[in-house]
Amino acid sequence: MNNLYNYILTIADNSLILGQRMGELCGHGPSLETDIACTNISLDLLGQVRSYYQYAAKIAGDGRTEDDIAMLRTEREYVNVLLVEQPNTDFAYTMARHFLFDVYHFLFLKELEKSKDLTLAAIATKSLKEVSYHERFTSDWIRRLGDGTEESHKRMQAAIDELWMYTDELFNPTPTEIAMAEEGIGVDITKLKPKYYETVSEVLEEATLKVPESKYFHKGGKQGVHTEHMGFLLAELQYMQRTYPNLEW
Amino acid sequence: MDLIEKSNIQDHLYAILDSIPDPEIPVISLLDLGVIRYAVESDGVVYIKMTPTYSGCPATDVMSDDIKAAFAKEGKKAEVELILSPAWSTDWISEEGLQKLEEYGIARPLSESHDKDALLGGKKLVKCPQCGSKETHLVSQFGSTPCKALFKCDDCHEPFDYFKCLK
Repeated sequence: MNNLYNYILTIADNSLILGQRMGELCGHGPSLETDIACTNISLDLLGQVRSYYQYAAKIAGDGRTEDDIAMLRTEREYVNVLLVEQPNTDFAYTMARHFLFDVYHFLFLKELEKSKDLTLAAIATKSLKEVSYHERFTSDWIRRLGDGTEESHKRMQAAIDELWMYTDELFNPTPTEIAMAEEGIGVDITKLKPKYYETVSEVLEEATLKVPESKYFHKGGKQGVHTEHMGFLLAELQYMQRTYPNLEW
Repeated sequence: MDLIEKSNIQDHLYAILDSIPDPEIPVISLLDLGVIRYAVESDGVVYIKMTPTYSGCPATDVMSDDIKAAFAKEGKKAEVELILSPAWSTDWISEEGLQKLEEYGIARPLSESHDKDALLGGKKLVKCPQCGSKETHLVSQFGSTPCKALFKCDDCHEPFDYFKCLK
């Protein structure tokens, strides 16, 4: 049971943190249209997270709620990958971060659909419909900005170069992930790696961008060891719940 | 797709369910939307099973509350359960619902491949609900709500929402 609970967190924490990052764009998007698109994407992700955390809360069975799981853990208890906690800087960076996750997310959900756990399979099927739209949106922006002006191309290349080191972590399974995959409940993420880099490279090439060659990859998120950005993100995410415990609308 | 065959809704509960409007698009009912999959009264309690449309749709919680309120008015207690499987699809919107959407100014979802062509391939397939012209263009894949995309008509110049195909 504990394994399943932890496994759900490995899946959902990514969407929680990325959803939080995209939500930060509310009112700050580069255009009204992109502002709404990004916040809609955030909403999709947070909706999926609710389904996962509600299931996790049921499994824990000790009265904890989806909100407790989302907002009251300490930094080392979040197991999202480092990629999704990177901050919003310019729009190229924001789109690059999301795109690099979307490609993985789609491939992951396609496998999770086959899970022996019917709830996870159902969440995956539902989420896939939405994540397909996300991937199309973000890959469109990679192409638009990559194959855009000199300025946009420069920024997008810089973004891809900087975020590349966070991609490999997506394919490093923890013991929990390995155990769950063996039971037919979880996904063997190592199998997703070739298709991931193939898809990403295709889009980058279409966008006239260079595929980074660096072999240095950063990790630690899945072990709860986060970058310095996580503390600030959690401060915002958790502030209300911690300041006004049991606060309700 | 025939709603009645795919879902299990007791006859005497139909009228009440049909009177509950979608919180965001008040011209269609929850029945038109196809989100009610099961409605059975047993021992004085009405058990409802509902599929959410989009994962993050904020209207889902409101629908749940509205259902309970509607039955409370009839002196019945209702319990609403959200079920994730089978996942909701725009195929489940009734023909009547689709027509009401158009009259309200929201273009109906196209078939899956046409939806892709319209949203990503730049093909002019979406009809303007105001003037009927097909000279329309996509403004944004994400509109005012997660379920809709924003279009503009090049003939009458009016913007309008398009209900995205979700399958």
